[in-house]
Amino acid sequence: MRYETVIGLEVHCELATDSKIFCSCSAHSYGAEPNTHVCPACCGMPGMLPIVNKRVVDYGMKAGLMLNCHINRVTTFDKKSYYYPDLPSAYQTTQWFAPVAVNGLVEIETSEGKKGIRIKQIHMEEDAGKLVHDIREDTTHVDFNRTSVPLIEIVSQPDLSSAEEVEAYLERLKALLRYARVAECEMAHGTMRCDVNLSVRPEGSDKLGVRTEMKNMNSIEAIKRAIEYETARHIDAIENGTEVLVQETRRWDDIKGKSYAMRSKETAGDYRYFPDPNVMPVVIDDEWFDSIQASLPEFPEVKREKYTTELGLSDYDAEQIAKSIALCECFEDAYSVCGNAKDAANWMISEVMSNLNARQMTYDMLTLDGKALGELISLVSGNKVGRANAKKILNAMFDDAAVVPSKYAEENGFIISNDTGLMDKVIKTMVEADPKAVADYKGGKEKAIMAIYGKCMKELRGNCDPQMLRTKLIEYINSL
Amino acid sequence: MEFYFEKVNTSLDKKIVADDMLLTKGIPTTAGSRMLDGYVSLFEAEVLTRLTNAGYGLCGKASVGELAIDLLGETSYKGACVDENGKILNPVAEIIKSGDAMAGICLDANGYVRRAAAQYGLVSVKPTYGTVSRFGMIPVACSGDCVSVMAESASACRDILDAMAGHDDKDGTSLPESKCALLKKSAPVVEIKRVAVITDMLCCDDTVNSAVNSLVAKLEADGIKVDRIENDLIKKSRNAWNILMSAELCNNVSRYDGVKYGYRSNNFTSIDELYTNSRTEAFGDFLKAAILFGSDTLSTENYMRVYDKALRVRRLICEEFGKLFKEYDAVLMPACSAMAYSIDAVRANKDMPYTENLYTAPASITGLPAVAFEGVQLICNYFNETSLLALCEKLEKEGK
Repeated sequence: MRYETVIGLEVHCELATDSKIFCSCSAHSYGAEPNTHVCPACCGMPGMLPIVNKRVVDYGMKAGLMLNCHINRVTTFDKKSYYYPDLPSAYQTTQWFAPVAVNGLVEIETSEGKKGIRIKQIHMEEDAGKLVHDIREDTTHVDFNRTSVPLIEIVSQPDLSSAEEVEAYLERLKALLRYARVAECEMAHGTMRCDVNLSVRPEGSDKLGVRTEMKNMNSIEAIKRAIEYETARHIDAIENGTEVLVQETRRWDDIKGKSYAMRSKETAGDYRYFPDPNVMPVVIDDEWFDSIQASLPEFPEVKREKYTTELGLSDYDAEQIAKSIALCECFEDAYSVCGNAKDAANWMISEVMSNLNARQMTYDMLTLDGKALGELISLVSGNKVGRANAKKILNAMFDDAAVVPSKYAEENGFIISNDTGLMDKVIKTMVEADPKAVADYKGGKEKAIMAIYGKCMKELRGNCDPQMLRTKLIEYINSL
Repeated sequence: MEFYFEKVNTSLDKKIVADDMLLTKGIPTTAGSRMLDGYVSLFEAEVLTRLTNAGYGLCGKASVGELAIDLLGETSYKGACVDENGKILNPVAEIIKSGDAMAGICLDANGYVRRAAAQYGLVSVKPTYGTVSRFGMIPVACSGDCVSVMAESASACRDILDAMAGHDDKDGTSLPESKCALLKKSAPVVEIKRVAVITDMLCCDDTVNSAVNSLVAKLEADGIKVDRIENDLIKKSRNAWNILMSAELCNNVSRYDGVKYGYRSNNFTSIDELYTNSRTEAFGDFLKAAILFGSDTLSTENYMRVYDKALRVRRLICEEFGKLFKEYDAVLMPACSAMAYSIDAVRANKDMPYTENLYTAPASITGLPAVAFEGVQLICNYFNETSLLALCEKLEKEGK
């Protein structure tokens, strides 16, 4: 018999807000010393009250709209009770009854074509802390830096049927949420985590099989391996009766390449959800909703399409720029000022990207003012600044956002003077200093002139029109 | 037998005592529970900050019953305060009566403040929910918890209300300043003209009944129209409140697990045992019963049938009061079934706080303001408590 795998995902994404969801502690503690980003509120001390970070709701709404969800205009927070040492108040504030977004759809593309994956809901919640196990001392330490860091949990319907689709889906979520600048979605940083719900059924059947859940998967490769392993295990159980499948939570051991049932004690229990009386229902009025909708970016494929058809960029260039919304915005601003899409794209792909790489920054971290970049490009194309000097200016712009290209060029003597008197003088000096090159050139070695040309350009500190310099140099040599 | 949980030196004339539900910096706060023995908060209750700024001096903290859900404080881990006849004494009221403090600042979660004020002939006011910050109060039942004032006179209650009411950004349920300002002394006062006595609530002993009759006579003598009306919905507040309060309480005390602060059992070999044994050893019987009940109401099996239904009853009761306040300026009812409780009776009948709150649950579940005065309780519409206190002041003057 042939089987199909039915997969639903619960994806947790850390929201990229500055502060935590219910207090003003910094939400960014990746790599920080333990318990340095904490306050009495996120440590669960009695007497502190949760104050909703409005930015979290903004981001929750943006995520919902990016995934084509319906936004609940009255959204509420609820308490979920369970005991674990990394949860200091013994409850997690989450959304159970009225999550911010419901009924969405995400389109993915795989080798088998396009497919829509339905989103059941997106809810906002607080993260828990971390336990640090000290094997030498046989003790466990608690780090609350991560408690109350805002998350969204994106719950899909069981519409996925292969590891390839899961990968495409996760990549799509990452692309869309990054485009909306609501989440980093970097599994390696723990800013995207995934619970995989999986069952197997005979192909064509409309009944779901016994479902198992693998929690807290944190790499796409591990997820793919786990899906393959679980699918095989389920089929083996059904076909060969190797074991009785039960609905359970399993832990994936990526080193051994196996999944293990968790002790029932760890998973049993009743979360006793109820509305949090300390958090008033959040009412999203039209003005708020409209402002969020207006702030949404175009989708990556829309950008790509626009860049190739409207602006005439090559597929490769469009693809490169559309990799990040920050690149897109910088490019579009630069183009709006310089008026030449091809030039702007070249600068983005060669100079801007290499500056980011040299600084070990991701594309999303780009904060360069695109309009200023456009001005710089215009200075070069208008023969006002030489290309080598323009690169120096761009470097300065990366170092200091306040740098204005034209002003910086003037202050540093980068403006092409086209002072023909000076140019003639320099040409004369350099030609006289290198009679061998002149002789070679006259003897037919055209390239011999380039050495003199380079020296002239250097002497003029790059501040001349290259074409003019070349013409004048040839004229001078020919006149000798 | 100690009325003071902790005494504090103050040179200020306007002395106040706080119950041990208010967090104080540098002074322990235990909520009457062994679980928090020795716990010192990193921050102070917003009301105490406001009162200090207004020139009031804290002279001490009074003992409370464990998590302030009992009758008068008898479940404190420090032991019950009783007189030689076995009558239960309330520490806050005793401290006010002794002249040490002009007023007590207390958390009214299950009505103990109103019961104490009524039995001691003091005045108390539980203000409109949301007008006084709950920041820095040990949480019990957050949807009903109210910082309340107990004092010798209605005018003292008004003074303190004036100083402590106001919007607080640190409390997400705090009302806007424009609403809180209605509790200030500068806000206009409306005359109380019509009062309803709900006869269904008069299931109390003769001492309480005579207090009701005596106040009714005074009101009528002042030209206030008093109607005795039947209403069997208001008394249903009790069961609904017991469900909501216990559920919220269960959730709020789950943070006391022996891991981070407070009591930790010496006897454990695993994290589960650490939780279980710490809580078993540190919590008192009545709190444990409340936790079990509360936990059960929130179970998947019972949620819709019990907890959700209690929320619906809360809505109905709010609407019922809304109807009553179209006709009446205030509703009069007892604050307790008797003018004294004996410790023996309470020990024999351990669920008394779950029955005796018949009188206090209506204002707790609705967040309506309630004033205990001359042994009984007056409930009025939101933001009208100053009018009610003004009436009490007038009656106080006439009585002199």
